[in-house]
Amino acid sequence: MIELVSRQRCVQCDMCVKVCPTNVFDSGPDGIPVIARQEDCQTCYICEAYCPADALYVAPYADRTENPEERALVEKGLLGSWRRTLGWGPGRTRLAAIDTTPFIDRILPRADL
Amino acid sequence: MMGRHDGSRMDADVLVIGGGPAGAWAAWSAASQGAKVVLAEKGYLGSSGATAPGGTNLLYLPPDAGIREAAVRKRYRESGYLAEPDWIHRVLDQVYINLQLVESWGYPFRRDENGTPMRDHLQGPEYMRLMRRAVVKAGVKILDQSPALELLVDDHGVGGARGLCRLDGSEWEIRANAVVIATGGCAFLSKGLGCNVLTGDGYLMAAEVGVELSGMEFSRQYAPSAAFGTVTRGRLLNWATYTSEDGTVLQAGGARAGDFLPLMLSQGPVYAVLDKADTEEKRNMLRRSHAIFFLPYDRAGIDPFTQRFPLTLRYEGTVRGTGGIRIVGDDCSTTVGGLYAAGDAATRERVTGAKSGGGAFNASWAICSGTWAGRAAARYALALGGKAGTRALRSAGRSGLAAGADSPAEMDTASLVEAIQREVFPLSINYFRSEAGLRQSLERLNGLWPHVHAKVPETVQGRVRARETAAMAATARWMYTAALARRETRGMHTLAEYPETDPAQTHRLLVWGLDRIGVRPDPFFDSSGERPAERQVTGT
Repeated sequence: MIELVSRQRCVQCDMCVKVCPTNVFDSGPDGIPVIARQEDCQTCYICEAYCPADALYVAPYADRTENPEERALVEKGLLGSWRRTLGWGPGRTRLAAIDTTPFIDRILPRADL
Repeated sequence: MMGRHDGSRMDADVLVIGGGPAGAWAAWSAASQGAKVVLAEKGYLGSSGATAPGGTNLLYLPPDAGIREAAVRKRYRESGYLAEPDWIHRVLDQVYINLQLVESWGYPFRRDENGTPMRDHLQGPEYMRLMRRAVVKAGVKILDQSPALELLVDDHGVGGARGLCRLDGSEWEIRANAVVIATGGCAFLSKGLGCNVLTGDGYLMAAEVGVELSGMEFSRQYAPSAAFGTVTRGRLLNWATYTSEDGTVLQAGGARAGDFLPLMLSQGPVYAVLDKADTEEKRNMLRRSHAIFFLPYDRAGIDPFTQRFPLTLRYEGTVRGTGGIRIVGDDCSTTVGGLYAAGDAATRERVTGAKSGGGAFNASWAICSGTWAGRAAARYALALGGKAGTRALRSAGRSGLAAGADSPAEMDTASLVEAIQREVFPLSINYFRSEAGLRQSLERLNGLWPHVHAKVPETVQGRVRARETAAMAATARWMYTAALARRETRGMHTLAEYPETDPAQTHRLLVWGLDRIGVRPDPFFDSSGERPAERQVTGT
């Protein structure tokens, strides 16, 4: 579930409010979006892809909260990691351009091994 | 009826409800015909739906008559003979054209060693971001965060819809002589990747104007994900070894064939490790194919190539099922004037029959049905000429909308949703289907139905969830009603009491109605040559 909107990183563009498919965020009174309905988060990670400031963190757990420390997430390189993997953002190669899916059946394991 | 309309009103030629791939293609296609198009999406065109967060395979075959005919024949057999070879051909033709368009818009398809483009897989975020750009460029007005709640109708057919904006709670009304429903299927808030926006909203809207649903019994599909997570992607489990709690190897290096995971998970925890990807090169290759698959493990501190992780099955409802709104024309028109259906909101039986559309068929169907429905909707609306704004339209919504005048008790949507989920999630009821089990479950679901007419919560989220709850309750009842009427085993449909395929039931099943649900074979599709049976109605 969505766990963090980094106050330090957020550029107050409200993109997460706009793109969240399940309407988890509300615009915040001070400009920083608030996680208003965490329980409605479907853990689809797409908000992270659209956040231009790498200010969001979605934990991998569908049914429980984690309350991670922002500093720990930064140290592990997790803030912005999905956007980086997708190759979104200036100077990056899009994942779609290096997509190996059409080729993976070439390395299928033999069923009897 | 909403009855509290105070918001903005717009006129258009075509209203597209839903902004996943099917809705995006429908809107683009309608606008390309010169129609004025509005697209209303519950979430955001670009991020919403089953496709956007991950990726999807596609039916992409070169225009080689022999290759295509063989593929069509194979699929027709697998469909339990409920698909139509002509329709599979149509999809192969159309999707080939559209994927070339997608590439021309900037999608970087890979090429093989010979320089041949490999257009059989799309990364979801990239694809849907691109589709949004194409739709905007085509001149479509997009309303994001704007779920439609009900259709508007008169004696000529549909004429628009009403809904809410989730961001500010305002209401909207769009009058349009043609409406395309592209709201996706229904996955009952099971938290499969991207699927919680898919709550059967379009089925309910269609049923309220008298449209039937087809193939709802083909709704027995579950997808594996990490037990703690949401990423329902099974393909990489081809590289997995499965173990039970005590480490006993259940299966090594195989696909999720048949009943394996449902059976094993019914007995206890099942773990997987991708140890068949046994070189760094293979691991990198898998990471670059289904990157989203690895996200939950990386974040949970699990190396899925060396450490085993627990699996679960998440119910996919009609998203990977094949049922949906009955379409009667080649253009995805329905039995109601001006109403079209596309993508998972429509029945996919014409191309997949009784077999799951899986990713490839459903994604290709979304592209094609959206293209056809959008084009036809535009032509229909433009031919009518007149403005829908002058029609005497009435609200068609009935369930999950009550403002509370005649029902003082407020609807407890959370409890109702849980009660519905208790009927559709358990493998014991919905995967290992039996006549006895489904009958009891349907009785309980019918018992829940009156509660969707209670007073709706006041908040905008509450109003949307009330409507979704009604749609899910209706969808579950349609599914089980159809499943009980198909007394055989065919494709993904099974009933324990009827383990054989019955040639006399080589027909499609239609369901309709809300308070009372009817079921009958589709009289216009009959590949067996049998006479369709009498209409039968089963009450609640």
